[in-house]
Amino acid sequence: MSDATLSTGSTGSTGPSVENPAPLIEPPRARTGKTPKSTRTNFEMYGWLFMRLSGILLVVLVLGHLLIQLVLDGGVTKISFAFVAGRWASPFWQAWDLIMLWLAMLHGANGLRTIINDYAERDNTRFWLKMLLYTATVFTILLGTLVIFTFDPNI
Amino acid sequence: MTTTLDKTEGLGPAVAGAAPYITATFRIRRFNPEVAEEAAWEDFEIEIDPKERVLDALHKIKWEMDGTLTFRRSCAHGICGSDAMRINGRNRLACKTLIKDINPEKPITVEAIKGLTVLKDLVVDMEPFFQAYRDVMPFLVTTGNEPTRERLQSAEDRERFDDTTKCILCAACTSSCPVFWNDGQYFGPAAIVNAHRFIFDSRDEAGEQRLEILNDRDGVWRCRTTFNCTDACPRGIEVTKAIQEVKRALITRRF
Repeated sequence: MSDATLSTGSTGSTGPSVENPAPLIEPPRARTGKTPKSTRTNFEMYGWLFMRLSGILLVVLVLGHLLIQLVLDGGVTKISFAFVAGRWASPFWQAWDLIMLWLAMLHGANGLRTIINDYAERDNTRFWLKMLLYTATVFTILLGTLVIFTFDPNI
Repeated sequence: MTTTLDKTEGLGPAVAGAAPYITATFRIRRFNPEVAEEAAWEDFEIEIDPKERVLDALHKIKWEMDGTLTFRRSCAHGICGSDAMRINGRNRLACKTLIKDINPEKPITVEAIKGLTVLKDLVVDMEPFFQAYRDVMPFLVTTGNEPTRERLQSAEDRERFDDTTKCILCAACTSSCPVFWNDGQYFGPAAIVNAHRFIFDSRDEAGEQRLEILNDRDGVWRCRTTFNCTDACPRGIEVTKAIQEVKRALITRRF
């Protein structure tokens, strides 16, 4: 009896039935035609390293940024067009903001990418969420870079 | 179990009758695909000595109350790794968990480990787990001629991977990992622990190969260092530390 149950159980269709009691079990770590081939690149490793290194830099950059913008010299009320124009007159603050923009965007995007990889259940959902993420990231980075480099205080 | 029983019986029936039995409720997650498609909780009230283990309680239920209760166990002494289950929401071995240690005043919940397909009651399909284990080549790989005597190794070299040799493949760590719950393609802590055991073995020569396997999308970089695996391991292996050591070996290529 147990033999019969076992043999029909393994050929299973979809739901449980009398002849096929157990639900069909997905083959483990299945290698099907749709399974992506092993990549053999160090992408994930560099992604992981980037998160650590950019995180350290961002602590300095972001905290410094917040301090200047929100705490020193009267806090948030002092921020105006003139204040921003004054800061971006110096290449140092231009570089600061540029590096912060790129690191923060890439750091956040990579973090969201891993979250999507972890939590999206269907391949389609995963793909489109990531496309949305990449589009938003590229757009924001390009727009911010453009503004920093082409900012004209005389408009 | 028999030895403890013998001891109390040796004291005579009167003393044995005065044994400190308590009434404990076991709330067990039952699932039988032949009866119902949904799993459901079922309560069992049993008289049991709180110094007994959860496994003894399960035996009592299976042998005396409901023979359909299904679970795995082999050695019943914490070595075979068959009876990992989720007891009061934590992955433990039923044979190493004393009832007095998990507050028997409230119902004790017992359910199958998460992230693997439940076949019946507390029995899960371990195949994905073992496939991940096989994928990291958990065996000694060497080149050249077989030595005529055993392969010697210094005590320091042995110490390097001592912690990860303790794994009994019970799946408590892998089935406590939130990344594994969401995506069974992740190798899981147990497979990485067993890769670590050979990567850092001075006698083994396939370390590079194993690192390459774990460098992939579903490898060590998916670890989020939540330490669930370290908390769950019934053998006290520092699982997350082992995973971090594999990561470091991948970055520095030194192992």
